Amino acid sequence: MSDFPRWRYFLVAIVLVLGTLYALPNLYPPKPAVQVSAANTAVVDQALQQKITTALQTAKISYVDETIKHDAGRGDYVLIGFANGDLQKSAADALKAALGDQYTVAFNLQSTVPAWLTAIGGRPMPLGLDLQGGVRFLMAVDQGDVVDKQENNYTQDIASLLKEKKIPFVSVARNATRGQGVNVVLSSAADRSAASDAIATEYTDLGVTNGANTGDRYVLNAVIKPDKLRDLSTSAIRQNLATLSNRINALGVSEPVIQAQGEDQISVELAGVQDPAEAKKVIGATATLQYVAGLGDARDPAVQDAVKTGNVPPDAHLYYGNNGEPYLVSKTLIASGDELVDAASGNDQQSGSPMVSVTLNSAGATKMLDFTRNNVGKPMAVVYVVNTTDTKIVDGKEVRTPKTTYTVINYATIQGVFSNKFQTTGLPSSKAASELALMLKGGSLAARMDIISEGVIGPSLGQDNIEKGLKAVLLGLGLVLLAAAIYYKLFGLVADLALFFNLVILVAVMSMIGVTLTMPGIAGIVLTLGMAIDANVLICERVREELRNGSTPLASIRSGYEKAWATILDANVTHLIAALALTTMGSGPIKGFGVTLLIGILTSMFTSVTVTHAITALIHGGRKLKTLSV
Amino acid sequence: MEIFSHNSNVHFLGLRKISIGIAVLLVVASIALLLTRGLNYALDFTGGVSVEASYDNPVSVEDVRAALVKGGIDNAIVQSVGGTRRVSMRFQPKDDTHYSVPQGKSPDLDIIKSDVTKALQASRPDANITSRTFVSAQVGDQLRSDGVTAAIFVILGIGIYLWIRFERRFAIAALATELHDVLVTLGVISLVQREFDLTVLASVLAVIGYSINDKVVVFDRIRELFRSSRKADPEEILNRSINSTLSRTIITSLFTSIAMAALFFFGGPSVHGFAITMLIGILVGTLSSIFVASPLLLWLGVSKKDLMPVTKENPELARRP
Repeated sequence: MSDFPRWRYFLVAIVLVLGTLYALPNLYPPKPAVQVSAANTAVVDQALQQKITTALQTAKISYVDETIKHDAGRGDYVLIGFANGDLQKSAADALKAALGDQYTVAFNLQSTVPAWLTAIGGRPMPLGLDLQGGVRFLMAVDQGDVVDKQENNYTQDIASLLKEKKIPFVSVARNATRGQGVNVVLSSAADRSAASDAIATEYTDLGVTNGANTGDRYVLNAVIKPDKLRDLSTSAIRQNLATLSNRINALGVSEPVIQAQGEDQISVELAGVQDPAEAKKVIGATATLQYVAGLGDARDPAVQDAVKTGNVPPDAHLYYGNNGEPYLVSKTLIASGDELVDAASGNDQQSGSPMVSVTLNSAGATKMLDFTRNNVGKPMAVVYVVNTTDTKIVDGKEVRTPKTTYTVINYATIQGVFSNKFQTTGLPSSKAASELALMLKGGSLAARMDIISEGVIGPSLGQDNIEKGLKAVLLGLGLVLLAAAIYYKLFGLVADLALFFNLVILVAVMSMIGVTLTMPGIAGIVLTLGMAIDANVLICERVREELRNGSTPLASIRSGYEKAWATILDANVTHLIAALALTTMGSGPIKGFGVTLLIGILTSMFTSVTVTHAITALIHGGRKLKTLSV
Repeated sequence: MEIFSHNSNVHFLGLRKISIGIAVLLVVASIALLLTRGLNYALDFTGGVSVEASYDNPVSVEDVRAALVKGGIDNAIVQSVGGTRRVSMRFQPKDDTHYSVPQGKSPDLDIIKSDVTKALQASRPDANITSRTFVSAQVGDQLRSDGVTAAIFVILGIGIYLWIRFERRFAIAALATELHDVLVTLGVISLVQREFDLTVLASVLAVIGYSINDKVVVFDRIRELFRSSRKADPEEILNRSINSTLSRTIITSLFTSIAMAALFFFGGPSVHGFAITMLIGILVGTLSSIFVASPLLLWLGVSKKDLMPVTKENPELARRP
């Protein structure tokens, strides 16, 4: 058939086969499972398996299978699969009661996709929070940390302000009690009133009051005003929310729900995961960089003295490097992760060691420029700061203690002046470099957060609503197929076939890029298919027109496709622009919906035009036709 | 089979004063509605209360949902937490029908808590409320600013494309009609005070895509007819274009509506908002493709010479006698 080159048949065949293969995993939904692993010294063996079987039989809960799995990373565990989520939950409750504290009972989702499909990279679309649920973390933002940070900053700022204004002072120190502000001690009443005026005009967020005088010690107390404090804590929560969504988006978890809860909590819901440990690593971790003036390394007697006696100079910190070597660094930050606008990991061109190249914002760049200009030839240290939370079981209760570790990853002499862009080397591995870049890029957390509860949550839609929705979707599709077949007869049937392939390819592409499937997403698929038939309507109407104008059947098909193509292209490109805009809308359901629409438009241009043309050419090619069934 | 006569020749443009008049009225009415009544934002946008309950014995989420509805708390999102004994419920304070939130004050969590307790304990005395807090909106200012960016992106993108592929007037007419479709769709949602959640927002944005598609098909025919016909009276060409694409315009709308109607009537509450918004949008978009877009084009003064493919001046030809 001259009309339709042979290579296009091959193209159509290849795409259809690939589409079918990669759409196939969705027919194997993950099986709800319960995972039993040893809590401490208990062993996972046949006896445990027997015990589980008995417990389930007594509770009259039927299970699909039960196997012992060996995993180098997390130890041995027993995995029990169930037919549905309700059985899974009841079984977990029953097993917790039967096995006691010796074993950890957790939810899991077991893939049922055949191994050969997994081997070629086939995987099903994860289901969204509304259809399947996921895990929820509740995190408390540490308000004390917000106050600490601010008061520490003000302590330094006030000291430098007084120096700048040439007001002599005895000491500037943070009050031992958090929230009580900064105490400034001066030696005369005149100095005190001068200092009071200077602080009040420079820092309008501070309330300044006179403290008690003892002898020649005149005390001034500067406290952060309560409404400013409230602003700080709301903005801390807001920044933490933004940082969390950046991180989660960067990791490719789609359609998470992140919201503030109560006064100082943030709840994060992630779909498609039932193993909290994995997700926790990402959201709980906080790492950042601090750039500070170096005051001495291991060769310096002051450092050796500080290590020996524990007497660290008041303006310095004693930190250790990657190999345990001690350093003294200044308490005054030059710049920190908060002032970062971009970060990328890579390898240093000279040494080949892993590095992170960072870009500072203008405030950070100015400070860095000032510092480097005045300190060429002096050392600067890069400190890698990680916050972790240690969890210990004390008296059967989980006790979490936050811990911050500071590591000097780089200690070098400033060779030249630099400001907003520079590289930091000395990271232990490429993996650490890329993780650090990811965290720096996502923004730092304004205040420390602790996970106060975590758990598996069920779907937010009821089972009956899910079933209703799915039935309606099938019904809607069926009706469209029927209507097309009735209205355009044979051409309608061809369009129907193309629509089916469109669905298959759409699902395949969505699975490959890992779009999370939600109820609105399913509705979006139906909408896309409903609109995809438009191309066929355009073609069929054109063919009819050509027939009416007296063209022969084969000529009508040819010019019908040709003329309709121009229209289809224009209509779809404009539609594509609209869909593209949807995908830029942050995260959440809108983005998923936009992605569905975007892929749908692209696949429909292929199936509605190329696939139907191939089929039509096969049916009508090489035959003498009097009429067309359109 | 044909529903529409292929040689229909309704004089759509003859009605242009009436049709444009109605369109302007609808837009004004919609803006007025949006300004006065506004949209009935759902939990996703407003945030609400979150109440957690624990049961001594296992409970099914369906039962909790039913107990809440029976106890006068509608539209609650109920999810199991961690197993079969704990549930989390989220809803807007206004969903609690026993409690009307005092004007200008934040709702009293304890009153809501006691209403929930009553509702749950009516069917299951072993229910206990373990916590209650406010939850913030699921979407923040981020989405709003993203939305504005996206809208500007769409308007510029589509405008530029149509300008290049067609002509300036087509771009203006398409965007003006587009604006009409979105405003009227939102106006209807505001009029019936349907809950406006993220899904409805997504479908409003999908309406943009659908309706631009519709307009471009008609414009495409206008361009084709202008180029192919010798005598090009704009009014006649536009009218012929609308008539010859009429069958396609309506059949496509019908097919898409069939799918959406199935979702609306049988899909249950989770896809209800999506389907009804699409149905409204499809209706408005189809009508405006026929009655609004082309009259606007006529008024903007489209003509044959604007659409002729630019042919290079051939000096060889000009020199010939």
